[in-house]
Amino acid sequence: MSVGRAVRRGLAVIGILILLLIAIVVGTWIWAMNYPREATIEPTPATLSILAGPIADGPQAALLRRGRYLAVAGDCVSCHTRKGGAPFAGGLGLGTPFGLIYAPNITGDPETGIGNWTPDQFYRALTRGVDDEGHRLYPAFPYPWFTRISRADSDAILAWLKTVPAVRYMAPGNRLPFPADIRLSIAAWDGMFFRPGRFVADPKQSPDWNRGAYYVNGLGHCGACHTPLNLAGAARNDRFLQGSNLNQWVAPDLTGNERTGLGRWSVDELVEYLRTGRNAHANASGPMAEVVAYSTSFLSDADLRAAAIYLKSLKPSPDTAAAAPDPAAMRRGAGIFSDACASCHLADGSGQPRLFPPLPGSAVAQQRDPTGLLHLILAGGRTAPTPTRPAPLTMPSFAWKLSDQEAADVATYLRNSWGNRAAPVSASDAAHLRKALRLTAPLAIERNQGPNR
Amino acid sequence: MAMREKPVDVVLVGFGWTGAIMAQQLCDAGMNVLALERAAARDTPVNWAPTFDQDELRYRWRDHLFQNVAYSTLTFRNNADQQALPMRKLGAFLPGTGVGGAGIHWNAQIWRFLPSDFKTRSHNRQRYGAAAVADLSVQDWPVAYEDLEPYYTMFDKLCGVSGKAGNLKGAIQPGGNPFEGARSEDYPTPPLPMTYAPTLFAQAAESMGYHPFPHPAGNLSQAYTNPLGMQLGKCTFCGFCEKFGCGNYSKASPQTTIIPYVLQKANFELRTDCDVLKVERTADGRQATGVTYVDSNGTEHFQPAGIVILTAFQLHNVHLLLLSGIGKPYDPRTGEGVVGKNYCYQTMGSVDVFFEDKLLNPFIGAGSLASVIDNYNGDNFDHGGLGFIGGAYIAALVTGARPIEMTRVPDGVPKWGLEWKQAAAHYFLRNFSLSVHGSNYAQAGNYLDLDPIYRDHFGRPMLRMTFDFTPNDLKMSAYVTDKAAEVARRMGASSVHPKPRKGPFDITPYQTTHTVGGTMMGDNPTDSVVNRYSQSWDVPNLFVTGAGLFPQNAGYNPTGTVAALAYMTADAIKSRYIKAPGPLVQA
Amino acid sequence: MAKHGSDLIGRRELLALGLAGSVAAADAATRHDGLLGGPSESIKGTLPWQDGMTDAPPAPEDGAFLSAAELAFVAAAADRLIPADPTGPSASEAGVPTFIDRQLAGGYGRGDHLFLGGPWPKGAPTQGYQSRFAPAQYYRTAIADIEEHVGSSYSGKAFKDLPPDRQDALLKQYEDGKVQLRRVEAKAFFTMFLQNVMEGYFSDPIYGGNRDMAAWKMIGFPGAHYDYSEWVTAYNRKVPIAPVGLRGRPGWDQA
Repeated sequence: MSVGRAVRRGLAVIGILILLLIAIVVGTWIWAMNYPREATIEPTPATLSILAGPIADGPQAALLRRGRYLAVAGDCVSCHTRKGGAPFAGGLGLGTPFGLIYAPNITGDPETGIGNWTPDQFYRALTRGVDDEGHRLYPAFPYPWFTRISRADSDAILAWLKTVPAVRYMAPGNRLPFPADIRLSIAAWDGMFFRPGRFVADPKQSPDWNRGAYYVNGLGHCGACHTPLNLAGAARNDRFLQGSNLNQWVAPDLTGNERTGLGRWSVDELVEYLRTGRNAHANASGPMAEVVAYSTSFLSDADLRAAAIYLKSLKPSPDTAAAAPDPAAMRRGAGIFSDACASCHLADGSGQPRLFPPLPGSAVAQQRDPTGLLHLILAGGRTAPTPTRPAPLTMPSFAWKLSDQEAADVATYLRNSWGNRAAPVSASDAAHLRKALRLTAPLAIERNQGPNR
Repeated sequence: MAMREKPVDVVLVGFGWTGAIMAQQLCDAGMNVLALERAAARDTPVNWAPTFDQDELRYRWRDHLFQNVAYSTLTFRNNADQQALPMRKLGAFLPGTGVGGAGIHWNAQIWRFLPSDFKTRSHNRQRYGAAAVADLSVQDWPVAYEDLEPYYTMFDKLCGVSGKAGNLKGAIQPGGNPFEGARSEDYPTPPLPMTYAPTLFAQAAESMGYHPFPHPAGNLSQAYTNPLGMQLGKCTFCGFCEKFGCGNYSKASPQTTIIPYVLQKANFELRTDCDVLKVERTADGRQATGVTYVDSNGTEHFQPAGIVILTAFQLHNVHLLLLSGIGKPYDPRTGEGVVGKNYCYQTMGSVDVFFEDKLLNPFIGAGSLASVIDNYNGDNFDHGGLGFIGGAYIAALVTGARPIEMTRVPDGVPKWGLEWKQAAAHYFLRNFSLSVHGSNYAQAGNYLDLDPIYRDHFGRPMLRMTFDFTPNDLKMSAYVTDKAAEVARRMGASSVHPKPRKGPFDITPYQTTHTVGGTMMGDNPTDSVVNRYSQSWDVPNLFVTGAGLFPQNAGYNPTGTVAALAYMTADAIKSRYIKAPGPLVQA
Repeated sequence: MAKHGSDLIGRRELLALGLAGSVAAADAATRHDGLLGGPSESIKGTLPWQDGMTDAPPAPEDGAFLSAAELAFVAAAADRLIPADPTGPSASEAGVPTFIDRQLAGGYGRGDHLFLGGPWPKGAPTQGYQSRFAPAQYYRTAIADIEEHVGSSYSGKAFKDLPPDRQDALLKQYEDGKVQLRRVEAKAFFTMFLQNVMEGYFSDPIYGGNRDMAAWKMIGFPGAHYDYSEWVTAYNRKVPIAPVGLRGRPGWDQA
């Protein structure tokens, strides 16, 4: 081996290592980015009127109605609106351990928004992750999913976005450290993980199935949350839609698994959930409440049904073995459940469907990762209010009431009663989440020492 | 100089039951509505979550959901010979404050008045002669039961009321209240199941020829979705209903039935911690221009509005009219004036019932969990020779057994010491109390006006209440309480302790929060503040809701009628007033 | 926190939001019952809620209002109202003095739900509490008056040192208003004291009384249990549910 070859080979190895390092750094922030976002699950009436108000008749009306429908299906508003800011004007900071990235203004303002974008530029951004000036977008923007969007749909979305009240507002510059601040590093990430493509219908499947697949894997970008990511922050296709940790929440398994997934849900029930935020099995809270409130509750029955048909076709994720729970923890958990949970979920856990989810068979309870369940117990969770079911039914916070051990015990009990089965939960899991969510410590148990203190 | 706010079509003063009903009705009709609430936003998971709402000390005894008298109170005297003194501590009645008002801590007892209750003067005069009403200032209502029936039904559907109809379109139904006015529809949900005490009561009452029926309940027997899409759960009988918020969404309240719906409307806004000081008018005083309110920084705001609706609690509506100089204040010396006139209450009796051999488990309860007989209410019985008019329902009402309030011992046992303790321990699970929920009829000396001495937080005169029970009502309470005791004895009780209401009215012990009158509705401006559409005779773009509209109080809980009147008013505004603003009834 | 004049959402920001949440909850706790001081808000969309937001009962203020002598009076008098016997604990065994001390040290003692403005003429009994004193001052004055009365009647002895039957007789006189104390009305104080003793004995243990939920066990009250659906029609039967407080019961942390 010549010196030159060795050097070249060494350089190549170093190059690959650098690329990997970049990928890992970028990946880490994507992984962390998924949901440390402010939960603003309730659309304001002003936003609702943009998302669902009337569009005047006119030559463009059909195109604009279609464009808005698609923009709602893509839930653009959730990320492109900062708290208290105008809809679609951007400025919401997506946090990472290393810095912040800001969703841009996508109203029709020519200078700060996308008023001057051409349909070509917009299509390239949606499907290739490259902006109007040719800069690569961070994959916080879900182009790995949007790449399947059709040109016609892209054009319609752009046409409608340009009619959204234009707001002059420049989102702040992103604040990322080296090497993540080098947009070129995304090229490396794209090269390794991004597969540009377009939606190709599967002729063996029904039109509904294909329509559902186009939505779920395209505009709907369900996999952005529900597919776990690898170390570099790219979707793991081997665990496609099998559920993922979102830092302080869990996006559940969407496959046909009967414990953790949608195996026990019918197509109608899935449609009802996406339409109203609640069904006989579960209520949408946390990040999914936002998706329902801003997006799915406005979609057509036909599209929700198509999505459900596609999702119901997913092969069940493999069951995982779970250690048996400690009988003492189960006894404590049963006591806590009877005293503190039965008010809504009733003594037998059967709940009151559409109000308080039944716990036997609950997928949220049985996710491999207990974070979502613990989040609901400790911090609470609000059901998405929707036009047809406006009640924001809310699980209250138990942080002040339950110690870490008590929260863990009742979670363990829920995961292993009525035929449920999932790994026990430890007090340290609860402690970790309590800290991460900055929740209060439990009220000290009264150690009353009598009259003389 | 008050800050001038952007004008709205309608401003609502107070955001409890009637504010929420008005907001929903008028927003759905396309009007821009602003609700001003003097205290804070409140909601189930934050303020009365099932994790902590069963706290008798904090809610019942430390007034956690009630009006805080440190900030807002009134003065009281029994008669004009006394000096009125401030109500320094809540006692007899417990108004609410904050979003939802008293609609949070009520029992959700949802009644309709009897058809004859709307004709208190003419009906009783006709049946019992002029002497029967001679000492009373009772009046007929300007509306009939039949006018309100569709609106009663709307409120039943809003709340999902659990009950059993006794009169469906004129056909008497077994198991319901045979005395009630005809209903167009049965209750939306079936009656609550009964615990032991009401079951024993119903058996005894039936054996005596009475007609027991389940109390109409806004604590629901099953999950329910109302016409607005709002969902209520089923009651789990926790026993912390009356004076508490409901943690599991099973009690009808503005929050569980309306507010989330209306908050989604682009034409609605709620402003909290904004206390309205005055209704402002044009120079000639004939039109309201809006209201002046003060925010929590002490900044004054002028809120222009096309229509002003007073949707606060009865006492505050009266107070605000008096402070705004709208309508002629009532003067008991001359009998002239109308604002503050016919202030009424509710004449509450009870019968404490103790058993030796039966475990009643009274801690299992709900705000409206009761078996009731209505045989001695209103004019459901012949008052000939009795010397009084009016009546009361008798209810084996088991709202729960909060031990600080409801550790009862038989009369004769001391209130403390060893004997008390042993009796308390023995009887806690073995007693309950019959409620004798009576009418309260107006007399000339009972009224509300402005206090000449005491000033409120903002330096305005406090409201002054001059009130005592009339001989009519005390006789009524004695009579019906006696009837209740007879049923209790039939139940096989070991001891029965009738407690008819005795005078004078005492503001310290809790009785009920059903304060009514003072802004009464009527057929003409000389004897009423508002017309049948709750519209001010003096200022046609000012409407007043609430129990202040009652010319006198019937023997039922008022909220069902309060809500029905609000729906009727909203209907008149939507269908008539906005098309042709001006008086809806010519004076 | 807000950088570049916009909302930043990230881990550190969430941290701040968490803090903001607890501030909001504290606000809710002090404002909902009509106290001034909360910011006026314009509310659209839904009523405010976010992770962890709750108006849960506050941690007890460590009671330190009553002096040792005052506390001794409270314990002695409370134990006459609720004496020890096999039925259940006495008031002081149940922690009632601690409860009262904490209540007087907190908002209740300061009269945060009383109107205390003047003038203060003597009223009729039907007009209720007409003192200018908040409960803490009222207790201090009343206890001093009572000890003065006791001392003058029983050669300098304190109430706590009297035999129980003497104590009972005195309390009965106060209850009936038969003794004129120097500054407070004996009957009105007795009424307040009896109420506070019952509150301490029967309220949730988080407030310092009803120790071990013994008062609830004594009467058969299951406390903060919420769902009795299955027991509604269990007529004439004992409900076998162990009492539970807002902060649990022994079964929650002991297997």
